Amino acid sequence: MWIAYKTIVIKEILRFSRIWVQTIFPPIITTLLYLLIFGGLMGQRIGLMQGVDYLHFIIPGVILMTVIQNSYANTVASFFLAKFNHSIEEILVSPVPYWVILLGYVSGGVARGFVVGMGVFFTVSFFVDFEIYSIPITLVTFLLTAILFSLAGFINAVFAQSFDDISIVPTFILMPMIYLGGMFYSVEILPEFWQSVSQFNPIYYMVDSFRLGLLGVSTVDFTISLSMLLAMIIILVTMSLALLKKGVNIRT
Amino acid sequence: MSAALSIKSLTKIYANNFYALKAIDLSVEEGDFFALLGSNGAGKTTAIGIICGLLNKTQGDIQILGLNQNTHTNDIKRLIGLMPQEFNFNPFEPIEEILINQAGYYGISRADAKVQTEILLKKMQLWDKRADIAKSLSGGMKRRLMLARALVHQPKILILDEPTAGVDVEIRRSMWSYLKELNRSGVTIILTTHYLEEAESLCRNIAILNEGKVVEQTSMKKLLAKVSHQVLILESLSVLPERIKQTQFSCERLDDYTLQVTLESNTSITDVLQSLSKQGISVDHIRSTQNRLEILFLHLTNTAV
Repeated sequence: MWIAYKTIVIKEILRFSRIWVQTIFPPIITTLLYLLIFGGLMGQRIGLMQGVDYLHFIIPGVILMTVIQNSYANTVASFFLAKFNHSIEEILVSPVPYWVILLGYVSGGVARGFVVGMGVFFTVSFFVDFEIYSIPITLVTFLLTAILFSLAGFINAVFAQSFDDISIVPTFILMPMIYLGGMFYSVEILPEFWQSVSQFNPIYYMVDSFRLGLLGVSTVDFTISLSMLLAMIIILVTMSLALLKKGVNIRT
Repeated sequence: MSAALSIKSLTKIYANNFYALKAIDLSVEEGDFFALLGSNGAGKTTAIGIICGLLNKTQGDIQILGLNQNTHTNDIKRLIGLMPQEFNFNPFEPIEEILINQAGYYGISRADAKVQTEILLKKMQLWDKRADIAKSLSGGMKRRLMLARALVHQPKILILDEPTAGVDVEIRRSMWSYLKELNRSGVTIILTTHYLEEAESLCRNIAILNEGKVVEQTSMKKLLAKVSHQVLILESLSVLPERIKQTQFSCERLDDYTLQVTLESNTSITDVLQSLSKQGISVDHIRSTQNRLEILFLHLTNTAV
């Protein structure tokens, strides 16, 4: 089991490392542009947000956005392409249990989220001075977010029948959820109705916890956010294993 | 000797209600070189897919070396090596990695996998290409890569789904000789092919599938003995006489130097040559118009020529 798991993870890491120009480099550039334009130029006019200057306020959201997008993109692209070119059969004919397949792909997604997230973090640290409020909260939120969105990407890939299907969810669902999850603003500034709507956006809890870990400010209790994340991970793991066992779109 | 593969009442109905396999029974002895033939859509690839765990069966029972597929799914997967019909590797992955990864899925350590990969890639004459991505290989090389990948975990049963399709004659012959060598070493080989000459020269036993049913399962020898007649072309360097006496066979003079002879199963070629020799005809070259297995195959599958 361990060797099979290691094989999938190494294969996944090599896959996104080989195409680093597409996978690792662009998010770093995009993040720097976000910080320059929203934080550096516009931030001075916006002032404080939750008691923190705007440039510092958006850093957690921007880092977490890259983690979410890259974890998701890695599993969705890798598993869909394996289905598309039938190389998934290499694993399906071998005695690798379904949970090892899932764990391997999710670990690949987490690895890419970690590499890109750390890349963005160090790049940001180079330009902006800040101290991490709580390393454990930061790491736990980062890890659970990467796991959750790797799982979501995996489920998207299982259902996807075409290349359109792997871009529809990130564009029309994931992106609005990220932007409306308090990445660029504090939910406290929204009218009451929209504050209530935001409570249903899972990304709101992740961004809030990550902001707590990095800056020490939050609007939600960390245990609530943590419970939300864990509950969603359990739901998506159960779904993914059921899909693999049933062979949805991989075994007729 | 136990059965390497035993299939009972295997049925596969696809979602569109297409019956790909209709309660087939099949048995392959351990150490056999077995041909599974059938025209396109006969159900060969479906049967192979189910045996290897790539497709779900509708009903039926499969045993591999005494292990039931329902209860020993992963144990069975360890025993089988599959070389599929379609290319099913990541075209952007270096070929050495494809083999090392495949070995990893079977729990073989990276160090051991590297050794086995080197042996197989050298055997397949692909060692020089080990760092190249699979996409850059020729069609024949891709086939050999898939054969090497099927063998990387040293399976006891090797299933080859049209292994030499698109492979040139020279490489095909060298693959045949390697497959014979593998079979002699104890690996049970199940082969599907559209090259009937390939099945005839390699396999000892045979099953023919037609429209999802097994229409024949016997030894190659017994099957070939069923051929009722054979059509041969005889060529002579000297001009043939206008009239040729035909007693044990019928023949037709195609031109001054060529004769088409129809040979019944009870007549040997020696009888024909002796008869012609008595008439002063010397035969310099003989060739068959049709492969013997091909005649039977077309007959059993009711395929129009």
